[in-house]
Amino acid sequence: MSEDTMYFFWDLGQYLINGLTQGSIYALVALGYTMVYGIIKLINFAHGEFYMIGAFIGYYIILAGVPLYLAFPIAMLGSGLIAVIIERLVYRPIRHAGRIPALITALGISLFFQYLGQMLIGADPKAFPAAIEEKTYIFGEIMITNIQVIILVATFVLMVVLWWLVNHTRIGKAMRATSYNHDAAELMGIDTNKIISFTFFIGAALAGAAGVLVGMYYTTVEPMMGLIPGLKAFIAAVLGGIGIIPGAVLGGLTLGVAENLVVGFWVSTYRDAVAFAILIIILLIKPAGILGKNRKEKV
Amino acid sequence: MFEFFLHLSPLIGINIILAVSLNLINGICGQFSLGHAGFWAVGAYTGAAYSVYGALPLPDELNLIISCGLGFIAACVAGLIIGVPCLRLRGDYLAIATLGFGEIIRIVIMNTDAIGGPRGFSGIPKWTNLFWVSLFVVITVVIIANILRGTHGRAIISIREDEIAADSMGIYTFKYKTLAFVIGAGFAGLAGSLYAHYTQFLHPNGFSFMFSVIILLMIILGGLGSITGSIVGAIILTLMPEVLRFMGETVSQWRMVIYSVLLIALMLLRPGGIFGKHEFNPLTLFKKKGEEA
Repeated sequence: MSEDTMYFFWDLGQYLINGLTQGSIYALVALGYTMVYGIIKLINFAHGEFYMIGAFIGYYIILAGVPLYLAFPIAMLGSGLIAVIIERLVYRPIRHAGRIPALITALGISLFFQYLGQMLIGADPKAFPAAIEEKTYIFGEIMITNIQVIILVATFVLMVVLWWLVNHTRIGKAMRATSYNHDAAELMGIDTNKIISFTFFIGAALAGAAGVLVGMYYTTVEPMMGLIPGLKAFIAAVLGGIGIIPGAVLGGLTLGVAENLVVGFWVSTYRDAVAFAILIIILLIKPAGILGKNRKEKV
Repeated sequence: MFEFFLHLSPLIGINIILAVSLNLINGICGQFSLGHAGFWAVGAYTGAAYSVYGALPLPDELNLIISCGLGFIAACVAGLIIGVPCLRLRGDYLAIATLGFGEIIRIVIMNTDAIGGPRGFSGIPKWTNLFWVSLFVVITVVIIANILRGTHGRAIISIREDEIAADSMGIYTFKYKTLAFVIGAGFAGLAGSLYAHYTQFLHPNGFSFMFSVIILLMIILGGLGSITGSIVGAIILTLMPEVLRFMGETVSQWRMVIYSVLLIALMLLRPGGIFGKHEFNPLTLFKKKGEEA
């Protein structure tokens, strides 16, 4: 193999690792989107803000000296609880008014948190405290940092827990039932309001975890940080098939890898266009997403 | 303060055109589009490129009309290119696809050096004034209101009410959806050209997804499907941040937070918007009782 080809493969490996890291963050945020959509058919545009809130909770408590392994659950719990409060105060009353008012309300919540964050914290980016010392491992020409390893491992663990929760517990069964048929689930004695709150909690907790991971990875946090990753995660959810949990993971990883390959081998200014182009191609070829099933509309 | 509102009034007019044209797509045809800022950008950049690079030796007024016309046509073409593949999708999926196209338009502009790229496009002559904006607002409202009253308008409304039923009544739904989409996009392009010749400077970030959302908020605030509602919504949402600016320092600093809270409160209290689907036609006030409007 000539040297050029060797370098091509080293580069490819490097981009794949960076892409998987970024993709797993998208996947964590996308899971919340997809779960909320699956259960109440709402595109929760405020979801990116729970990611921002998680990152800031992480920022403040790590600054206060709390170790990382404790900061994680606290950030997850915090953003989860805020999501539950928002769901109780805002989404629940609007749920029966139809989908467009609900969508607008979600956009309103998103604006609210962005500007509230700018007022309370300030619009300038903050340096995320280094919770652990960064180490770089080198394999041939491929570099991988311990933070990337933590991100990949943490994502994997969270996903296994989520899979267990949804498929092997009572509350998971109730979640699946509610998403399958809301009214029938209610008739079977499932407290659907509680299940919907719980879904918001889980989704926002995952987003909060992603926020802390991103804070460690990019070392800055700011109040507007949820906007673009939120949109990308949403694309990831649609890509995999919105409402389908494994689809969100697949979509997130695909998107992360595709973006990094384009940035690496082509031009970095088209990075955001790639995500949208993939989205449109998928929507035109297979509107239900990679793992989605086509459903005929009936009268 | 009076001069400040005088400065604001052309912007209100431009926002009215944007809101009324989006209302044709979202409110009247029922096709949920989130890419309106993209068409706005296409019109703005086309109009500006005409007046910076290719303006004919004509009076300013004529040149403005030509550049608005070009903006209209360019946005129509963009609307056709985007509408034909996307309008097969429904509901949320259509919203996402149009959102994606809107962002792609913005990113392509960002990467085109001839029209400023990330630096922004400057040096555009100031041709727009309140008179031209008002004239185009009247033209837009009259044209869209008249489309609604004719055969095409009835067909478009029937798609919103029930697409499957409309299809089975023999309405070629795809054609009418595309028609509404292209006309709506065209008027957004016209508003873009007016905007370019008013602010004299364009930046791709001014046409982001958030702006599509703000236009959407205008029509939902006023009442989805009501032209009067769109006009009122556009006026309120353009003025609200500015009025809050004059209400003391604390309110001014917190105005975007207040704005979002007001928005959420409005949706909770009146999810159908201010006007619902009703129209308010000032001309009917002058007619005698019993006479048909």
